[in-house]
Amino acid sequence: MKKYTIKIGLVLIVVLSAISACSDEFVNEDPPYAIDSENYFNAKEDYENALIGAYDLLQSSYVNVLLGEIASDNTLSGGESATDVVGFQQVDDMIHTPVNSNLKDIWNWMFAGVYRASYILEFKDKTDFEGKNQIIAEARFLKAYYNFELVKWFGPIPIKVDQRFGVKDVETIPRSPVSEVYANIESDLLFAIDNLSPTAPQTGRATKGAAQALLGKVYLYQDKFVNAANVLEDVILNGNYSLVSDYSTLFENNAENGPESVFEVQYSDAQGAGFGCLQCSEGNVAVGFNGIRNYNGPMFDSGYSFNVPTQQVYDDFEVGDNRRDVAILNIVDWAASTGATYGEGYKHTGFFNRKYLPRQGDSNVGDQNLTNPNNYRAIRYADVLLMAAEAFNRGGIDDGKARTYLNLVRRRAFGDTNHDISASGAALTDFILDERRLELVGEGHRFFDLVRTNRAVGAIPGFTAGKNEIFPVPFEEIQFSNGNWQQNPNY
Amino acid sequence: MRSNFLLITLLLFTSIGFSQTVDVSGSVFDSGTGEPIPSVNIFAKDYKIGTSTDFDGNFTLSKVPVGVTLVFSYVGYLNYEYKVTQAEVIKINMIQDLKALEEVVVIGYGTKAKKDVTGSVAVVDSKIIEDLRPIKAEQALQGTVAGVYVSASSGAPGSRIDIRIRGISSNGDNGPLVLIDGYEGNMELLNPSDIESYTVLKDAQASVYGAKGANGVILITTKQGKKNTKTKVSFNSYTGFQESTRKLNLLNATEYALLLNESYANAGLSLPYPNVEGLGVGTDWQDEVFEKAPIMNNDISISGGSETITYAFSASKINQEGIVGLEKSGFDRGTARLAVGVDLFDNLKIKTNFIYTDFNRQGLNENGLGSVLFNAINVPSVFSVYDVNGDYTLVPDTPGYGLEVINPLAQIKNTYNSYNQERLNGSISLEYEVINDLKLTTRYGFQRANSVGKTFNMLIYYGQGKVFNNEDQSTVNQNTEKFSNYTFDLFAEYQKTLFNDHKFKVTIGGTLHEANGEGLFATGYDVPNNSWEYADIALANGLPTNPIKTNRSYKSTPYKRPSLFGTLDYNFREKYLLSFIFRRDQSSNFGPEFSVAYFRSVLGGWIISEEDFFNNDGKINFLKLRASYGTLGNDAIPGDAYRSFLTGESEYIYNGTLTTGTAVGVLTNPSVKWETDTKIDVGLDAKMFNNKLEITADYYNNTRKDLLIRSTPVSGTAGGSAPGSGNPTVNAGTVENKGFELALNYKDNIKDFNYGIGFNITSINNKVTQVNNGSGFIESGAFGIGQPSPTRMQEGQTIGAFYGYQTDGIFQNQAEVNAHPSQIALGAEASPGDIRYKDINGDGVINLNDRTFIGKPIADYTLGFNLNLSYKNFDFVGYSYASIGNDMIRNYERTENRLNKLNYVLGRWTGEGTSNEVPRVTAGASANNVFSDYFVEDASFLRIQNVQLGYSLPSSLIEKIKLTKVRLYASVNNVYTFTKYRGFDPAANSGDPISGGIDYGFYPTPRTYMLGLNVNF
Repeated sequence: MKKYTIKIGLVLIVVLSAISACSDEFVNEDPPYAIDSENYFNAKEDYENALIGAYDLLQSSYVNVLLGEIASDNTLSGGESATDVVGFQQVDDMIHTPVNSNLKDIWNWMFAGVYRASYILEFKDKTDFEGKNQIIAEARFLKAYYNFELVKWFGPIPIKVDQRFGVKDVETIPRSPVSEVYANIESDLLFAIDNLSPTAPQTGRATKGAAQALLGKVYLYQDKFVNAANVLEDVILNGNYSLVSDYSTLFENNAENGPESVFEVQYSDAQGAGFGCLQCSEGNVAVGFNGIRNYNGPMFDSGYSFNVPTQQVYDDFEVGDNRRDVAILNIVDWAASTGATYGEGYKHTGFFNRKYLPRQGDSNVGDQNLTNPNNYRAIRYADVLLMAAEAFNRGGIDDGKARTYLNLVRRRAFGDTNHDISASGAALTDFILDERRLELVGEGHRFFDLVRTNRAVGAIPGFTAGKNEIFPVPFEEIQFSNGNWQQNPNY
Repeated sequence: MRSNFLLITLLLFTSIGFSQTVDVSGSVFDSGTGEPIPSVNIFAKDYKIGTSTDFDGNFTLSKVPVGVTLVFSYVGYLNYEYKVTQAEVIKINMIQDLKALEEVVVIGYGTKAKKDVTGSVAVVDSKIIEDLRPIKAEQALQGTVAGVYVSASSGAPGSRIDIRIRGISSNGDNGPLVLIDGYEGNMELLNPSDIESYTVLKDAQASVYGAKGANGVILITTKQGKKNTKTKVSFNSYTGFQESTRKLNLLNATEYALLLNESYANAGLSLPYPNVEGLGVGTDWQDEVFEKAPIMNNDISISGGSETITYAFSASKINQEGIVGLEKSGFDRGTARLAVGVDLFDNLKIKTNFIYTDFNRQGLNENGLGSVLFNAINVPSVFSVYDVNGDYTLVPDTPGYGLEVINPLAQIKNTYNSYNQERLNGSISLEYEVINDLKLTTRYGFQRANSVGKTFNMLIYYGQGKVFNNEDQSTVNQNTEKFSNYTFDLFAEYQKTLFNDHKFKVTIGGTLHEANGEGLFATGYDVPNNSWEYADIALANGLPTNPIKTNRSYKSTPYKRPSLFGTLDYNFREKYLLSFIFRRDQSSNFGPEFSVAYFRSVLGGWIISEEDFFNNDGKINFLKLRASYGTLGNDAIPGDAYRSFLTGESEYIYNGTLTTGTAVGVLTNPSVKWETDTKIDVGLDAKMFNNKLEITADYYNNTRKDLLIRSTPVSGTAGGSAPGSGNPTVNAGTVENKGFELALNYKDNIKDFNYGIGFNITSINNKVTQVNNGSGFIESGAFGIGQPSPTRMQEGQTIGAFYGYQTDGIFQNQAEVNAHPSQIALGAEASPGDIRYKDINGDGVINLNDRTFIGKPIADYTLGFNLNLSYKNFDFVGYSYASIGNDMIRNYERTENRLNKLNYVLGRWTGEGTSNEVPRVTAGASANNVFSDYFVEDASFLRIQNVQLGYSLPSSLIEKIKLTKVRLYASVNNVYTFTKYRGFDPAANSGDPISGGIDYGFYPTPRTYMLGLNVNF
C-alpha cells in the first residue's frame, strides 16, 4: 500500500506542479485574428490603412460646425424642448459650464483625431517606401486640422510632438500657450505644403491647396496678415480653384468636391450609427439635427430642428442677394408654396439652415437622422477669397486686392457688378467681415470670426468678454490632470 | 421491475433442487417510528433471489432455501440480516443509520457534515423546487435564503435572472460563480426538477474557489440514482396561464383630451380638442397589449440503482408564451439528462452526468424608449387600434407625439426574430480510494453551446420621421455562435485521526479552466415578399445599396485559468473546528506580470453544545459559534484588456466610396490586475426545542478592493473616444457591503397536522468608498432624452445612487417665483404651478451644480417568509419575499405634450393652493421634466410569491394500479405585490449595477395560475 501511496503522491505532485508551472505562453495565448497595434507599420499598406483612421475623426467635427453656429448670433439652439440636448441650449445662452457633454465631445473627438494622426507619426521612421512623405504630410495636415479646432475652442492645449498621449500624460504635460500651439500647427502645415500633391490621390484626401488655405486661416487667427496674404494669394493664383457660378447648386449633393472645394469633410449615407456613438456615423449627424421637425413635403427629409437661423441674419441679406434663400429656408413661405407641413420645435424662428438640411432621396442607412451624406464644405474657395481680402485689408497691404477678392464673391451673390464695394480701410474691413457672415452663414465660422476680430461682445447675447472667447475645458479633464492644469479664466 | 422479477424467478428455477425451500413473508418497519418502510431491498446472500417491500412495507419471497441469510437494505438504515430457518411471517425493525442521516453539505472540493461547517453556508433542497415549481432554477432562491437576492431583468419568458449574494460589490459582474456537480456551469437553462440541492457559500468558505468566488458561490448538485433501490419513476406535469399583475392608471380619452386642452391653454395656444363629447374612455392600450398567455410543463425522471450501479434519467419540456405578444415573446425549453455511476472496483468509482438542453426564444423590444409597453403607456387613448380601413392606426407624426412612439400592436405584429440554442454539458469523474482515508478524484466537466439567431427587419412605415421606419431595404440578420468551456479537476483528500481527539483532513488539488467562443454574423438584403416566411439569406438575393461590409465574425482569445488549492480542516473532540484554505490562481485576463494571485482564508468554529458544561437537557439542542476571514478574487473582465489591438473603427470616404482602414481599439491598461474581496463573517447556528427550531444568524462585512472598472473614463487626450475605441479597464474602486442575516425555521406537528414556518431577513449597507478615476464617480443610465445620466457610483454613496435635483414643492404664485433663484438654466423660467428646485449649493442660481443624491436602488432590508402545512392527504405552501428601502426612477413616461399620461396628473396644480406635488400641465417650455426627486418613488414591496394547495390520493386507492404517489395541486405564482410603487414591477431590475434602478417600463413578471399532477411509481 505504501508503494501505491508514494506513486500516487508522485503523480499528484507532477500534475499539480504542471498546473502551477503553466507558462505565460500557455496561459496568455495570442488572440486569433487580431493585430497588435504596437507591432504594425510594416508595409506601405499599413500606413495607408492607419491614415484612413486618422481621416475618420473629421466626420465627428459635425458638432463643431453645429455648435459653432449655435454659439454665434447666426442661429438659436432649437430642438424639441428646453431640455433637449442641454449642452446645446446652454451654449446658445452662453451659460455653459465645464460640465457640458457636447463641449466634452468636441474635446474628446478632436483629441481622438490628434491621437490617430500621431499614431502614424510615432511610427513614421519604422518602414520606408515610395510615397511615404505624402502619407506623413497628410497625417500632419490632419493633426494640424484637429489641433486648430482644439485651440479655437479651448485655447491652450497640451502638445506632444509626433507621439500619442498616454493615459497619465495629462498629469505631467502642461497646456501649451496658444502661441506654441499655433507654432506646432504651422510647422505641421508647412511640412504638409511641401510634401502634398496639388491634386489628391483620391477625392477626399488633403491637397497642397488645402494645407495652404488652412495655414492662411491659422495665420489670420493670429493676425499674421502678411503671412496670411502670401499663402492665400498663392492658393488663388496657383491653386486651380474657382467659384461655382450658381450659388444655389453649391450645397446639393451632386456639387460635392467641385471646383470651389478646397477641403471638404466627406460623408456617406451608407452606414449609420446610434446615439450611443454619434462619432461612429459615416453620415453628417449635424444635418439630421438641423432638419425640419415633423416635416412632410417635397425636397427635404425631417429632422430635429436644432440650429435655427435668426430673423436678424435672414434680414441682413440685401435685396437681390441670391444667397439668402439658398442659405436659409423660410418655412412659412415654403409651406405656403408647396403645401408642406412641419412642426414647431423649441425656439422656433421660422427659419432652417438650408445649406445643411437633409435632402430626400438619400439611402440614410440606419437611423435616417444620423446618416445624411451631405459633405461639409470645410474650406471653400469663397472663404479663401474673403480671407485673402481680409489679410490684404487688415494688414494694410493692399486694399485694391482686398476689394477685388471681396467683389468676386459679391458678384456671384448678386449676379451683377452693381453691388461691388468700393470702400477702403476700416470701412472695407466691416464690409469684408459682413460678407463673411452672409457668404458663410450656417457653415460654423461665425463665432470664431467674431471672437478673433473682437466683435463678439454685443453681437452674441450673453457673451462675456474675458471669458466666452474660449470654452471651458471639460470638468473631468481638470480632475484627471490632478492639479497639472487650470481651468480657463472665469469658468 | 416486473421483468426483473421474472428474471429472478427464472434464475431461481435454474437452482432448483439443491435443497429444501420455504416461503417467507412479512413486513418491515422503522424501529423508531414504527412506520412501515416501502421499497426496502431484500436479497439472499449467495443466492440470486430477492424482492422489495411494497407501499405498506410488506413482502413475500417464495422458495427460499433454508439456511439462507436475507439481507434487508434501505438508504439511511443499517442493513438487517435474517437467517431463514422455516416458512414464516416475520416482522423486521430496521434501525436508522444516524451517521448516514447526518446532514452533509457539499462545500469546496468535497463534502462536510453540516454541523462541522465553519463558514456561512446555506442549503436549499429539492423540496423548495417542488413547492415553488420555478420555471428557471434561479427562482428557487428568491426569498428562501438569507443574504441572497434574486431579481428578474424582465417578466418576458426566458429573461435573464440576476442573483446577488450579500449586496452589490462591483460595477461589473456581480453574479456568483455557479458550479454544477463541480464544474463551472450555467444555472439558467437547467431543468429545475433535475436539481437535488443548492449550496450557497456566502463568506470566506468560498475562497477555495478563489479566482471567481468574490461574488459568492452556488454549488448545484443534480439528482442521482440511489444504490440498491428499485426503479422509481416520477412524472410531473402542470399547465396554466399567465396574466399581467398590473396595469398603470392612465388617462382615458376624455380625461386626456381635457388635460391636453388645459396644457395648450396654459401655453396660450388654441385647444386641440374643442369638443370632447363622444370621446368616452377610448382605447385602453394596456388591455390591448396584455393577454392571457399559456404555460405548460411536463417532466419525467427515472432513477434507481443496484449494488454497484446508480442511474437517473430525466426529460422535460416547458412551453411558455408571453403576456405581451404571446408567442412573439415566447420561450420553450427541452432537456434530457442521464446520470450514471458505476463502482468499477471496490476502490474505483466512475460517475457521468450529461445534460442536453434545447431552447427557443422570441423577443420584443422591451425596457426602453420605443418598447412595446412604453408605447402602450404613451399612445393616447383617443386613438383606436385600427383605422377605418382595418389597418393599424398610425400614431400621428406631428409634433408632440415623439418620433419613436408607434402603435404597439403594429409593433408586435411587425417584430420577427428567432433564437435557438442547443447545449450539452456534463461531467465525467473518477474516484479512486488509494488506501483507507486517501481518496483521489479527477473530474472533467464541460459545456458546449451552439446558437442560431435570426432577425427580420421588414419594410415598414409608421409615419414621417418615425424612428422604426424602414423604407429602403428589407434585411434579415442571421448569426451563429459557439461557446465551449471545460473545467478539469484533480485533487486528493486525506483524513487522519491522531491520538483519538485530533481529526485532520487535508485536500490538495489543481484545476484548469478554459473557455472559448466564436461567432459569425451575416445579413441578407431584399427579403422576398417582405415576409418572415421568406426571411433567410438563402432567398434574400439583394445587394446592399451601398457596398459595405455587413458580414463579420469573431473568435475569442482563449480564457485560461490554472489554479492550485489546498485546505486543511482540523477538528478537536468535535468541539473546536479550524480550517485553512489556500489558493493560487493565474488568469489569462491579466498580463504575465499580474496574472498570478494568492487567496487565503481561515475559518473557526466552536460547537458549544458539545462542551461538558453545556446542559443538554435544556431547550438548546445544538449551538455553534463560527467566524471566518479570507480573501477572494475576481477577474471578470473582457479578455485582452492588457493588450492593444487594431480593432478600432477606421472608415472614411475616398472617391465617394466608403473605405476601410485600421485603428487602435479599446485603450489598453497593461497593469490591470486581480480584484480582491476581503470577507469577514461571524455567525451562530442553533437548534432548539427538540430540533424543531433552527436559527442561523450572521454578521458580514465584505470589502471589495481594486475593483475592475470597465471603460473607466480617462483623459480624452488619450484617444479613447475614437469610433470603435473605448476607455481602459482600470482597478479603480472600493466598495463595502456589510450587514446582518437571520434565518429561522420552525417545524412541528399537532397529530396529523404538520407545519413549518421559515423566515429570513438580511440587512445591507452598501457604500462606495473609493472611485479612483479622476472624477470620483462613474455615471450610467439615461433619463428622458438628452439629459445627464441619473445614476452614479460615487464615493460615500450607495452604488447606483440617484443624482438629480431636489424639489421643494410647487410655486404657488408669481411672488414665490420671484423670490426664488432663477431656474432658467434648467430650460425655462419658472411660472406659478412649476416645480421649485432647491438651490443646494446656495449660489443664487439653479443649475447642474445643484444636483444631489435623491435615492438609491439597493434595499436596506430584504426578507423572506414561507409556510408549509399538511394535514393527512392535503398540503399547502406559501412563499413570500419583501424588499424595504429601495427606490426606483420613473422613466416610462415620454414627457411629450400630446402623449398619454398617468392619472396622477389629474391632481395637478391648477391655481394657488391646489397642489404642492404635481406641477401644472403646459404645452409650453417648462423645467418640470428634468430629473428630480419628483421622478423617484419608493419601490419597497412585499410579494406573495407562491401559494399552492395539494392533495395526494390515498395509498389504498392507488396501490391497486401499482402507483406509489399521486398528487394533484393548484398553484398560483406571483400572487400579489403590496407596494406604493406606481410602475409595473417594483421587483424588476435591469441587472446593471449602477443604472439598474431606472424603470423604462419593465415587462412585469406575470401572475401564473397552474394545475399540476405528480405521479410516482
